[in-house]
Amino acid sequence: MQFKRKHLLGLEELTAEEIRMILDTAVPFKEISERQIKKVPVLRGKTIVNLFFEPSTRTRTSFEFAEKRLSADTINVSIAQSSVVKGETLVDTARNLEAMRIDMVVIRHSASGAPAFLSERIDSNVINAGDGWHEHPTQGLLDMLTLRDHFGKLEGLKVVIIGDILHSRVARSNIWGLKKMGAKVGVCGPPTLVPRQISDLGVQIYSRVEDVLSEADAINVLRIQLERMQSNMFPSLAEYNKLYGISNKRLEQAGRDVLILHPGPMNRGVEIDSNVADGEHQVILRQVTNGVAVRMAVLFLLAGGKPASAAQAASMLE
Amino acid sequence: MDRLLIRGGRLIDPKNKIDEKLDLLLAGARVAEIGKDLKAGAGTAVLEATGKVVVPGLVDMHVHLREPGREDEETVASGCLAAAAGGFTAVAAMPNTDPVTDNRAAVGYLIREAIKAGYAKVYPVGAITENIAGESLAEMGGMIDAGAVAFTDDGHCVKSAEVMRKALTYSLIFGVAIIDHCEDSTLVGDGVMNEGLVATRLGLAGIPVESEEIIVYRDCALARLTGARLHVAHISTRRSVDVVRRFKAEGIKVTAEATPHHFSLVDEAVNGYNTNAKMSPPLRSPQDLTALREGLANGTIDCIASDHAPHHYDEKETAFADAPNGVIGLETSFPVSYTELVIGGVMDLNTLIERMSTAPAKILGVPGGSLAKGDPADVTVLDIETTWTIDKNAFYSKSRNTPFHHRKVTGRAVATVVGGRIIWQLR
Repeated sequence: MQFKRKHLLGLEELTAEEIRMILDTAVPFKEISERQIKKVPVLRGKTIVNLFFEPSTRTRTSFEFAEKRLSADTINVSIAQSSVVKGETLVDTARNLEAMRIDMVVIRHSASGAPAFLSERIDSNVINAGDGWHEHPTQGLLDMLTLRDHFGKLEGLKVVIIGDILHSRVARSNIWGLKKMGAKVGVCGPPTLVPRQISDLGVQIYSRVEDVLSEADAINVLRIQLERMQSNMFPSLAEYNKLYGISNKRLEQAGRDVLILHPGPMNRGVEIDSNVADGEHQVILRQVTNGVAVRMAVLFLLAGGKPASAAQAASMLE
Repeated sequence: MDRLLIRGGRLIDPKNKIDEKLDLLLAGARVAEIGKDLKAGAGTAVLEATGKVVVPGLVDMHVHLREPGREDEETVASGCLAAAAGGFTAVAAMPNTDPVTDNRAAVGYLIREAIKAGYAKVYPVGAITENIAGESLAEMGGMIDAGAVAFTDDGHCVKSAEVMRKALTYSLIFGVAIIDHCEDSTLVGDGVMNEGLVATRLGLAGIPVESEEIIVYRDCALARLTGARLHVAHISTRRSVDVVRRFKAEGIKVTAEATPHHFSLVDEAVNGYNTNAKMSPPLRSPQDLTALREGLANGTIDCIASDHAPHHYDEKETAFADAPNGVIGLETSFPVSYTELVIGGVMDLNTLIERMSTAPAKILGVPGGSLAKGDPADVTVLDIETTWTIDKNAFYSKSRNTPFHHRKVTGRAVATVVGGRIIWQLR
């Protein structure tokens, strides 16, 4: 068995088997991060560029750790986006990377479809680290790994994503991935931020967060972006918190255990209260740990690594 | 006097209700004679049209020639040659050039360039407002003197109802149409494609159909208020067509056009982030597409216009959200329309010719769309048998941004005649 795709552009096109393969491959790689010497030579000699057109600390750092722990050579390229200086076009950037014989490109871009665009024009493997509102596949995968670790399975789980669904690539990737794995998916948020057509994808729309907490096994709480308030999608952060914020009070009223995930970074006091963020139901830091492992698995598989030998690869000492 | 005999073809003239095998003799840039087995006298050139269809020159009333300002995308010369290759003897040129065509000198320039080029005729459409800023009316009278045939701020909608009302009212002096690109820009927002399931899946900002329908209604109501002539550019939604039909039934002077891409493609064409499926208004849903076809069939939509919008390859070679709106259409308009509408069983050939020749000429108030004795010698010879594959690399246009590359179609122009002279012929 081998991962046959050249790129990871999204979860929409993956099969359940492929998703399972990645999650299973991530398990032995988790262990590497626990060691004294966090390195295996699996990707030694491979050149990987982290091409980030949008600022990001956590995703980029997570990828960088994953790449370095697999012994790859990594370069970070941050392209500042200014409306005045358009800079090098996406096509020219792609061609320059080709010319430098980069093995893999991890790209984050504000335009949906940019990784696909790149993958059609360069020979390297392309990994989508988040494109516009479209997908953030490694986030979806690490969320699923976290859920699977906790519940022992994904099938039949009721998972609800709460927040700005309209603009969220995290939401979309989670929807695709979870549905493929047989989970029941719901969304909840202000109607201005939940596209009605999402129900055509087999996703249940909840209007009240209280209803979510009384039914869901797990919730994924999305960060509310300040720009959305500025574009008047809802009147104020305070009102958002009042109607949709995850508070201890709401959790107590629900009277049942709900696992709480958050892609980070958190706006404490907006979508999630501080005492919840630091409380016992959240697995936010576990998500971060799983993130590095999932990214190691993705890089390993795209580089041609066989899942069966992942455990062996993980046990190789430098 | 130059004489041209177009011999052996099936002559279709929707205005004069002719559809039979007839020869056509052109002399001195006018139709001299129509009859059976006409003899070519001395000094008469002959164009053999056996097995072909001979029609009044096709007219495309919505074309962006990009000159002045974006000669890298298209020029009057290249655009008029592309038009001729598509079977068009005349095009209406849109004013959103750089600088904007909002004065008599700019209008005169376009006409002169077209004459110099010697291909399809150009009928300039002037801007409604100065610099297409949507505020003060441009000099319609001056532009009409110089040869403008209608007015539009196309590319943009006339945002203010008050300005639109003034424009319609003022146009009564000249009896010309005010053409509007109907959309509420606030509802369009950052939208880049039709709002719907496809946009949700692709993570692209959507444009709801209501953004067009609201303004179509607004403009029709203003046409009623003023008694002036309104023409709805590139109509794209089912309910927009409903509105136009209701106002027409009341006797309001509203006409409408639809583009071949809107009645052939839906928003699924954007899948894969295809920037050659990005235009304004965007490709819509199957229900909208069906309504456009029905509208064209029953005459609610008066004519077909391509909205030929050339873009440089560089600008379309980018992420979807960053690409400019627009696709070219002069060289694919007839083949796609014939294939989708006539072979597709939506209308007969006579009606298609009416929608592509007689109707646009009438709306623009220019001669054409008919081949009676004395009419201008503008003729299109069509092959409606040959099936072929559209190849964007064979286009005469400077640009290549078409959604129809590699599409199998039936029918194409084989010769285009303007003023009695063959300006283009299929090799």
